[in-house]
Amino acid sequence: MSNNKKRVFPTLWNNTRAAFSFLAPATVALALIGIFPTVFALVNSFRQYNLARPKDPTPFIGFDNYLSVLNDASFWAALGRTGLFLVTVVPIQLALGLVIALLLHKPGLSGFKLLARMSLVIPLATAPAVAGLIGRLIFNRDFGAANALLAMLNAGPVEWLGDTTNAFIAVALMDIWQWTPFCALVLLAGLTMVPNEIEEAARLETRSRWQIVRYVQLPFLLPSATVILILRTADILKMFDTVFTMTRGGPGAATELVSVYIQRIGFRVFDQGVASAQAILLLILTIVLARLYIKFVYREI
Amino acid sequence: MATVPAANVVATLARTRPRMKVSAWHLVGLLAIFLFAVFPFYWMVATSMKTQAEALASPPVWLFTPHLDNYVKVLFERDVLHSLGNSLIVAACTTVLAVGLGTPAAYALARFEFKGKQDLWFWFITNRMLSPIVVALPIFLMARNLGLIDTHLVLILIYLTFNLPIVVWICTDQFRGVPKDLDEAARLSGASRFTIFWRIALPLAMPGVAVSAIFSFIFSWNELLYALVLTRNVARTAPVTATSFMSGYDLPWGEIMATGTLIVFPVIIFALMVSKHLVQGLTMGAVK
Repeated sequence: MSNNKKRVFPTLWNNTRAAFSFLAPATVALALIGIFPTVFALVNSFRQYNLARPKDPTPFIGFDNYLSVLNDASFWAALGRTGLFLVTVVPIQLALGLVIALLLHKPGLSGFKLLARMSLVIPLATAPAVAGLIGRLIFNRDFGAANALLAMLNAGPVEWLGDTTNAFIAVALMDIWQWTPFCALVLLAGLTMVPNEIEEAARLETRSRWQIVRYVQLPFLLPSATVILILRTADILKMFDTVFTMTRGGPGAATELVSVYIQRIGFRVFDQGVASAQAILLLILTIVLARLYIKFVYREI
Repeated sequence: MATVPAANVVATLARTRPRMKVSAWHLVGLLAIFLFAVFPFYWMVATSMKTQAEALASPPVWLFTPHLDNYVKVLFERDVLHSLGNSLIVAACTTVLAVGLGTPAAYALARFEFKGKQDLWFWFITNRMLSPIVVALPIFLMARNLGLIDTHLVLILIYLTFNLPIVVWICTDQFRGVPKDLDEAARLSGASRFTIFWRIALPLAMPGVAVSAIFSFIFSWNELLYALVLTRNVARTAPVTATSFMSGYDLPWGEIMATGTLIVFPVIIFALMVSKHLVQGLTMGAVK
């Protein structure tokens, strides 16, 4: 039977031309709206191009934009800040996410588990722009909920958004609120991959919760953790909405992550040439990440 | 029954005690998750129903008489109803387009063996991970030259950069679950490739198509950066309008939060509908 199939159907599935006709619409569309603009950005990155001076010519200046970007301390500062943000929020999101996933995985209390699980949808569904607005309200010095909660503990009031360090922490806290549920759900999916028999056998062997996590569940959680690490890195590299509505990158440049920084150079300083060069560098970083995602996450394509 | 030794009963009790304690902690933990997830949302909705004086009270008021004046005001005096309409038009159109273009591509990726499949897959993923600012810079210049600034069309098209990959991933997965035998049987009875896709594979893949459509809608509805850069007044979407209140000194917090609630509420309904597939959609099908 299977031999028979092989003889009849290779032309059905092994057919680049047929595949092409199905793929063409999507590929052409993505090329027009994705690749073509990117090429245009690449061209602009070799040009002197300032929107504020529309009458000026836009001559090609070789790698000058790239040189000025690479020598620009503020660009490196924005990248460094983005890295600091990443290493601040992701470990906390992973740890909190793991605790939440374990609580949701633990047998019993199914009604409450359902309620908790449903509530995790709320941060995920909230538009990042709105999350930023909520953050701006909650971390208001005078009438925000954060300081009200601190006051109950006889602490504060803290100047959140007016202070460089605290503003960074406040944006990080909003990000932790918004994305911890994502980590929890991905880790929970990993936990459910552990075969029941193995988990039960382990429970008979040891009473130590930690040993079960470490030796039974952790191996199943590693793929989930990889997914989280790569995706969160990509998300933080592209993070714009929350920061923009919450602090506009301020005070000063305290919360200006790299995408916010490039947006400012391109649309508030109007230097399209330099901003394009920065965007291309960001694109290269993203390509590396996408390669990693394919390599470590998708086993079958 | 009477023969059960007392020692056994004691042992059983001793074993259930710590278990009850553990389960109390479990309950506290679950309630903590609930509070953590819901509080900022609650705060937004509560503020949207406060008067300006209550919203700016220091310390904040926890008990107040809720009223809907802010909603009436933003919907009918501010531009919010119009913006919500724009968001709806853009999100709906881009979703239809993404599904129309994406499902055949997903079918091809799930079924055919061809050269360049890996590269195509990689390209889709890069598109999903790419910062919008990379595309927003050139698209702004191009749209300006073509006179497309402040139109629905430019947003509908540009949102395909992230919607199309989502539709392709989720649907590729779904098509893989449809048995090839059905296609092959139809092929033997002389159906064309397109008929097989349209009449057999697509109807069977509908659950995945619906999930991907909801994702596409949510991401478009929530998007800020492109809309901020590419629209002014006519085609301005709701997140941009919500952000536009943030100027001046005395911010109308009740109205801002009412607008936020109007943006978030429909999405929560949609997200609850696909909550089982949330992880799949957010990880591009890598985790189910």
